[in-house]
Amino acid sequence: MSVFTLSQPAREKVLLPALVDLVAHHRERCAPYDRILAAGGFTSAASVADLPWLPVRLFKTLELKSIPDDEVFKVLTSSGTTGDVSRIHLDRAAAAAQTRQLGATLQTVLGPKRLPMLIVDTRSILKDRRSFSARGAGVLGMATFGRDHVWALDEEGTVDVEGIRGFLAEHGDRPFLVFGFTYLVWLHLYETAQAHGLDLGNGILIHSGGWKKLIDQAVSPEEFRERLGRAGLTRIHNFYGMVEQIGTIFLEGPDGGSLYCPDFADVVVRDPETWAELPPGEPGLLEVVSTLPTSYPGHVLLTEDLGVVHGIDDGAWPGKRFSVLGRLPRAEARGCSDTYRSAA
Amino acid sequence: MTELQRLRAAFRTALNLPADAPVDDLRYQDNEKWDSLAHMSLVATIEDEFSVMLDTDDVINMSGFAEAVRILGEYGVDVP
Repeated sequence: MSVFTLSQPAREKVLLPALVDLVAHHRERCAPYDRILAAGGFTSAASVADLPWLPVRLFKTLELKSIPDDEVFKVLTSSGTTGDVSRIHLDRAAAAAQTRQLGATLQTVLGPKRLPMLIVDTRSILKDRRSFSARGAGVLGMATFGRDHVWALDEEGTVDVEGIRGFLAEHGDRPFLVFGFTYLVWLHLYETAQAHGLDLGNGILIHSGGWKKLIDQAVSPEEFRERLGRAGLTRIHNFYGMVEQIGTIFLEGPDGGSLYCPDFADVVVRDPETWAELPPGEPGLLEVVSTLPTSYPGHVLLTEDLGVVHGIDDGAWPGKRFSVLGRLPRAEARGCSDTYRSAA
Repeated sequence: MTELQRLRAAFRTALNLPADAPVDDLRYQDNEKWDSLAHMSLVATIEDEFSVMLDTDDVINMSGFAEAVRILGEYGVDVP
């Protein structure tokens, strides 16, 4: 069952009332959120793009939650580039919903069965059980979709060619899952597959984690796909998501090159000067929208990433298709939090 | 061993609990031993013990001992 089914008009129709309800829900339960909206003069929204957004970095400076302390089930943290940490509060219901919807999203491309899984990372990222890095948490989250997990890198982080060979000998003749952070996949899997003639033809690659390091090496998303295709990996799905909207990921479609929104989410690209919504083809600041955040006001978030919508209802899956172009340069990012301060 | 005893033993092994620890009322992440890493080991232990292969949704939904009993039932393993 797919969660990529709603055309843009149908999505707007479903999301707008749900999000308007969420705005009221969070205003009632989260006093700082209510104050921010009151100060900004928000009254009503006629479209998803009209909804009031919070800058994502606010979760690093304010405790924003819509549940009482005794209902907090889990607090997720993320380290950003600035060193500050977002704190995201989940109750049992929100934790269950995010896992379920992430599951539904990935099963669109992986199917209901867990697949043998090659993890392009090292077991040592799970060493400290009490505090996994973002990388460790990401790998563990994905591990649910796999079985017979094999790590492609040894404890020191070097490629375990024999381990990969053994995995392929056992599972390579049927669909299997490959997961890793984009940069590690490029650095370790691609080159190893080339050098050792490994056949990854039945693999489905899920990868995430930003393009910055690859762009520094002048590797574009197109080239990434093209080169991995030479190692037989043709089913490739990049995804974009953040802890501040946990459970919602924007997934690259089977056509490659564009990210799509699951039915419970959407994106809006904004002009960083005027905050107006930009039409397809014009890059701007990316706002991510999701109905999943019920325990904290993360339903409409302005990210610090630049993105562009390529088209609407014209791709492999319905809705907007878009790309993330990278981080907003630092100076401009400061401008955006200034806006929040003047609004609050 | 009955199916119930085998399932209890699987929980104790995977979650690293003492041999006499009560497990019938356990829920995911209520017990500090049952974290997300232990969950994967629990799934693998149950799969080995009962020779089943759980679907993704069942791994996600196995949020307590009682749910594990119910899910195993769907795979033809009757835990009374």
